[in-house]
Amino acid sequence: MSEQISIEKSLSDWWSRVKAGQVGALPAILGLLVLCIVFGSMSSVFLTPGNFANLLTQAAAVTVIAMGLIFVLLLGEIDLSAGYAAGVCGAILVVMITEMDYSWYVAFPVSVFAGVCLGGFIGYLVAQLKIPSFVVTLATFLAFQGLLLLIIGEGGTIRIEDPVILSIQNKNLTVLNSWLFFALAAGAYLLGGFWKFYKRRKAGLIDNLFKFWLIKALAMVAIGTLATSALTVERSNNPDLVSLRGIPYVVPVILFLLVGATFVLTRTSYGLHIYAVGGNAEAARRAGINVKMVRITAFMICSGFAAVAGMIFVSRANSISPTTGGSSTLLYAVGAAVIGGTSLFGGKGKVSDAILGGLVVAVIDNGMALLGYPAGIKFMVTGAVLLISATIDAVSRRGAVSS
Amino acid sequence: MAEPILSLRNLNKSFGPVHVLKDVNFNAYAGQVTALVGDNGAGKSTLIKCIAGIYTPESGDFIFEGKPVQISGPRDATALGIEIVYQDLALCDNLDIVHNMFLGREEKSGLTLNESAMESLAKKTLDGLSVRTVKSIRQKVASLSGGQRQTVAIARAVLWNSKVVILDEPTAALGVAQTEQVLKLVRQLADNGLAVIVISHNLNDVFQVADNIAAMYLGSMAAQVDKSSVSQNDVVRLITTGSAETVTGGKK
Repeated sequence: MSEQISIEKSLSDWWSRVKAGQVGALPAILGLLVLCIVFGSMSSVFLTPGNFANLLTQAAAVTVIAMGLIFVLLLGEIDLSAGYAAGVCGAILVVMITEMDYSWYVAFPVSVFAGVCLGGFIGYLVAQLKIPSFVVTLATFLAFQGLLLLIIGEGGTIRIEDPVILSIQNKNLTVLNSWLFFALAAGAYLLGGFWKFYKRRKAGLIDNLFKFWLIKALAMVAIGTLATSALTVERSNNPDLVSLRGIPYVVPVILFLLVGATFVLTRTSYGLHIYAVGGNAEAARRAGINVKMVRITAFMICSGFAAVAGMIFVSRANSISPTTGGSSTLLYAVGAAVIGGTSLFGGKGKVSDAILGGLVVAVIDNGMALLGYPAGIKFMVTGAVLLISATIDAVSRRGAVSS
Repeated sequence: MAEPILSLRNLNKSFGPVHVLKDVNFNAYAGQVTALVGDNGAGKSTLIKCIAGIYTPESGDFIFEGKPVQISGPRDATALGIEIVYQDLALCDNLDIVHNMFLGREEKSGLTLNESAMESLAKKTLDGLSVRTVKSIRQKVASLSGGQRQTVAIARAVLWNSKVVILDEPTAALGVAQTEQVLKLVRQLADNGLAVIVISHNLNDVFQVADNIAAMYLGSMAAQVDKSSVSQNDVVRLITTGSAETVTGGKK
């Protein structure tokens, strides 16, 4: 009934897409591999399980900000204030827990809600008053920085001692739970894929990408197995005193966000409308899509993710400070999204780009620090990698249009 | 001639002091292609936008399938089964053919998009239009040629059991082969029983595809005539002078 298409065919389809400029995640994957090989050969510490776990927690906050940013970037807009939105929401969380004695399960939703409100404010200015998002968020970048200072107050830095918030970046799943978590995630991923292709086949549609997907899925499971084994190895220097094994709690948190956001973008009509508005806002308007609402909600989602990132920052630093979410945070997040393959021109990108790009940024940061390079070199290399990604984006865009 | 599916009687529309449509009468018939011709500024676009509900005329009757109707917005027109394909197509390059065809009116099962239902229906619609030029309906619109994009835009318009399809300059930006392909598609639409209204400046296209021709001149309907009763020169005179005398065959 349904036509079977050979694996060579689907691979050659994929290759012709690459040649046509739809490179997707390929440059980021290659880049990540090259970086890991280079740093691994130059530093004896880089490829150890301890550093791997460290890398994940280093990348976490920037990755989460980047995941939210992708909603805004897909519209062809930008949110320069997402970093400080994370700071403001982190500060709200810490002040509520430390100074007002609320529990984390009250304070955390409140901080996320505050983030959503900040995003709604930005989105309203962009969508309703038609101010360019670059200008609006440049203003809110300054304003949120001020807000952060005001919330923290005179003291400068506020410590947090809530065990649940701290555990996110400092504690790990037990070895058993790590493997259970991996099995659950891998099983759900495979079953979800099989279910999709099963439904297509039942509807009598050609599934030309099935074998291609199967290769990708098996590769993902293999990488997951490797990562889980590396993370379940004892990482402590002194195992008798403190044992340090298992997947850091932040990994399931990020995976949950990834699945949720990917579901929204690829399976719901709202997600389709985000891509449509980013591709051709006028066409979307004529198709009856409420373009303003899509814009406003995208900014709300972006700042909501920033609020989660704020919690991750707080958990890692055990405190909130006036510079949380500042300096290079936002630029790293935009860099992560673009390096992962999301276009700054709108309409092209996936939430998983943030993970890939976030890892690249963290690997550069981590690897160069291990090799003892000064911060100056680190920034220049990160800048160069971002520039390369933006070039690939711009060139592939030209290729896609001219074909 | 059969009863028109869509009939406009004495339509008037002004923009401030400018009287753009003056007592315009216009008919469209199911199963026929009606060409709407006229010089720039003759009022073609305004007439089309009145039909599509984008403009509301000051006076005039709107009769659809024999009953008077009120069209006060694009949604009313869509609800009656009137679809318009704009000159600039308004497709999203970054979405595939299926998503473009269903944009704004997606098939859903619960919260999620029903991709297989949309794909099947899109395939059926394209097959119904005898479209065989697209390789895969899951490819991005960016990778399509001009004629294929026009095909997708038209297929999008007929997906909804529409009864009247309005095409604004469907061949304006196309090469010879692609024009041929789109004109064949336009003919196919009418043969499938739809009333098709085509705005065009190209009289060769008009004479190839239309069953009857409505010519506008300075905001008035100069004449709506059967194609077989006129020559290309007659239509040129209608467009440039608005005079119907030559058409009735009086003098040369």
